[in-house]
Amino acid sequence: MKTGQKKEQRERSKSKPQTERDLIHLGDLRFGTELLKRGFASMQKGGVIMDVVNAEQAKIAEEAGAVAVMSLERVPSDIRKMGGVARMADPEKVAEIIEAVSIPVMGKVRIGHFVEAQVLEVLGVDMIDESEVLTPADEQYHIDKKQFKVPFVCGARNLGEALRRINEGAAMIRTKGEAGTGNVVEAVRHMRTIMGEIRMLRGLDQQEMADYAREIEAPAELVIECAERGRLPVVNFSAGGIATPSDAAMMMQLGADGVFVGSGIFKSQSPERMAKAIVEAVNHFDDPKVLAKVSTGLGDAMPGLDVHLLRDDEVLQTRGR
Amino acid sequence: MDANIGVLALQGNVSEHIDAFLLALERTGHGASSEVFEVRSPADLADCMALSIPGGESTTISRLIDKNDLYEPIQQFKGGIFATCAGMVLMATEVADPRIHPLGLMDMTVDRNAFGRQCESFEIDLPVAGLTGGPFHAVFIRAPVVTRAGPSLTVLARLQKGIVALEKGRHMALSFHPELGDDTRLHERFLKINGI
Repeated sequence: MKTGQKKEQRERSKSKPQTERDLIHLGDLRFGTELLKRGFASMQKGGVIMDVVNAEQAKIAEEAGAVAVMSLERVPSDIRKMGGVARMADPEKVAEIIEAVSIPVMGKVRIGHFVEAQVLEVLGVDMIDESEVLTPADEQYHIDKKQFKVPFVCGARNLGEALRRINEGAAMIRTKGEAGTGNVVEAVRHMRTIMGEIRMLRGLDQQEMADYAREIEAPAELVIECAERGRLPVVNFSAGGIATPSDAAMMMQLGADGVFVGSGIFKSQSPERMAKAIVEAVNHFDDPKVLAKVSTGLGDAMPGLDVHLLRDDEVLQTRGR
Repeated sequence: MDANIGVLALQGNVSEHIDAFLLALERTGHGASSEVFEVRSPADLADCMALSIPGGESTTISRLIDKNDLYEPIQQFKGGIFATCAGMVLMATEVADPRIHPLGLMDMTVDRNAFGRQCESFEIDLPVAGLTGGPFHAVFIRAPVVTRAGPSLTVLARLQKGIVALEKGRHMALSFHPELGDDTRLHERFLKINGI
């Protein structure tokens, strides 16, 4: 009670107008609304969001034209190698990255781990990725994302997963792909699946749509909204296996609003050049001449993995349905 | 009358700006063959009566303006520019960030992310000078403010942190995102000052 009153007092004194001429009282402001969350996600469109593990990498990403960076302890390919439980990054690391760049900083938390999310929110990250790349903390429930002021992005393999996450409050969806493999095949599969399911909705009447919503275990009103708009109600990025400028451009041509690149940049031979090339490839995703130019002389891309050879327990995309 | 409006489509909230201008043109009785299209190269600019620079990440957009040889063509563009959020940052003469190469089209100093990080982003009903029909519901997302505006600029709205809406001749710069709602009064006003 006492701390609540104190907080209120603090907020009141903060919201006091400084001069007579100020017309607006800060008390009239509204924070953490759905519009602000989805609006933030929308500003990332046409952009590349890059995984970084320290301030130095974050600066390279910003310099190359990334729209945001994803701070994490280890990039996905290293998480695969290390094994064990993968958790939220050390707050010190996140703070160091926030300090280093002026572009938005995102952070990953384990599926269902709402306390890791609370921690990242107070650290000041601009978006939280509730990610299958980390070891899930809850096999039943995802985070109730509507309880947070900070927006969330979540992975999805199909329309049902995407709409369940949006219903929980996700402001952005990304394909799961198969992170840390440098193999784009799963990201392609997931993007084609989601886009195909949305196209298919257009041929359904109301009853069929309600039936389909039950089948994919998604709220009917979100299914209807997708059908009406011909797209998801939030932006849809691609992630999980993008390793080259052509991979990124392909995902854009398949309908992605932007891309996440995880291990693909800092596990390549020349991260600076790869980062710049992928930014330009996303900008000119439909111009093969530019793509040829930016893909030239980049050195080796990250080493890739055949997803068919992964053991069941090495597959990340099946986490968090 | 038919109008052609370009939206700089390098990165950011492009489709929302296109939709908002289409709606504004429809509401102001423009012909059905009016067009709002993406501007990605200098050649696209030639057909525009006015240009919109959308919100997005200003460091990214600035870099891509240079990369796509659009810096001088935009500086020399004859029509008005409707600049929101990142667009406002780019219109300035001064930005305290070496990664931004501002266009210098409006004599002002801009402070990026002036309100803080995403959790400090907010919505507010904002009184805008000369706008009839009540305050404008403004959505500020990691928004910039103008900390110094030269005498050639007209201030339309301000908050405690600084100026958040201004005009100069045919240009309009806003810290917030009118394209995220369906209130097109500011778009309509921009069309009017551009004789469209």
